[in-house]
Amino acid sequence: MSSDLADKVLEGDARSIARLITYVENNVEGIADSMRTIHAHSGHAHVIGITGVMGCGKSTLIYELTKQFRASGKTVGIIAIDPTSQFSGGALLGDRIRMMELAMDEGVFIRSMGTRGMLGGLASAVYDVVEIMDASGKDIILVETVGVGQAEVDIIKIADSTIVVIVPGLGDSIQTLKAGIMEIADIYVVNKADRQGVEQAVAEVQSLVDIECARKERKTPIVQTIAKESHNIEELIKTIDEHKKYLEKTKKLEEQRKIRYEAELVEIIRKKLMNYIFNEEKFKETLETLLHQISVKKIDPHTASEIILDQFIKK
Amino acid sequence: METKIRILIAKPGLDGHDRGAKIVARALRDAGMEVIYTGLHQTPAMIVEAAIQEDVHVVGLSLLSGAHMTLFVDVAEMLKKKGLGDVLLIGGGIIPEEDIPALKKKGIAGIFGPGTPVDTIVDFVKKNVKR
Repeated sequence: MSSDLADKVLEGDARSIARLITYVENNVEGIADSMRTIHAHSGHAHVIGITGVMGCGKSTLIYELTKQFRASGKTVGIIAIDPTSQFSGGALLGDRIRMMELAMDEGVFIRSMGTRGMLGGLASAVYDVVEIMDASGKDIILVETVGVGQAEVDIIKIADSTIVVIVPGLGDSIQTLKAGIMEIADIYVVNKADRQGVEQAVAEVQSLVDIECARKERKTPIVQTIAKESHNIEELIKTIDEHKKYLEKTKKLEEQRKIRYEAELVEIIRKKLMNYIFNEEKFKETLETLLHQISVKKIDPHTASEIILDQFIKK
Repeated sequence: METKIRILIAKPGLDGHDRGAKIVARALRDAGMEVIYTGLHQTPAMIVEAAIQEDVHVVGLSLLSGAHMTLFVDVAEMLKKKGLGDVLLIGGGIIPEEDIPALKKKGIAGIFGPGTPVDTIVDFVKKNVKR
């Protein structure tokens, strides 16, 4: 792979950004050469994660936030993740629909990604894609997770600021007490605030925040929005900026970046190990034999895993 | 390395019927492709810009309004102008038989009318994708 490609990414060339993203998604040989250059020039962008259940308005919020960031002269990269089918390996990536008006703005770059087997609400190559957009000069990077259930919380590993979007009418107060996505917010957004039940939703999140703040030094703010009417987006931007300042002041930004690099490194190793094992010629044969032995109760899955690791890794 | 076919499905122009486009999108998804669906009322410039950013192998246009001779051809020319000549361009919708040769000449490689089995489209994409 030519280092020209990475150089063109640094210049902000859209086609080169798009192509390098494809290469990291497809795990093309030799990407390390390009990513070395990219990594040396990344680290400037403010990475904002947007997560929440499906249909809560993540894409529309991102569209509204982007318009405001652009109005204040900031460039924006958007990574929109949708699920890959476990069955076909295909994906329908539909987050762009609500963002197409941004497509003609040179200061905005939008990329849709399938999860491609990753759990946790992100796509495997998302760390690389953040670095690429960052190095290409984007000031803000918005990462939209898949529509999450309760436990997909990997967004906190990549985002400097994590926004959890909820909507009125999702359940009673016990839902907010459960572990999972209600633990990860730097900012709560109660979207669709024109709907019935908004007072209750805000009150429930508020009581959660009040309990939490005993062990947190920062009280998590709650912003009410109606994204499709552009309502209260300025307030959300202000809250995001305040969080960024807080990160910088308390040196938490450095900690956050370390968490991201660790997650990225572990993911790269995981991918390489999986490829290493699964691409071995004899792997399929061994797997079939062991699966048979497991089903006839000759062996258990734990012992089988030891056999595979012994044969293909420790050797 | 794992290559996955990425395809942009777009509806240029003003007609508001996207049932066909959605069915084709779903079939391509089930065939293991990553389908970026952009929705209604797209201009050729928006479609081409999305094709660049999403780095797709294929662009599929759906149009029922009768403006295909203008809009399909605009997309084809704009793709070439932007250096995306290696992107496979296909179209579907209500396209009269007599328009097809002219469209093919302009670079719309496959045209699929009403009643086309979705497998025909999937096979065409798999066979003709250029990279």
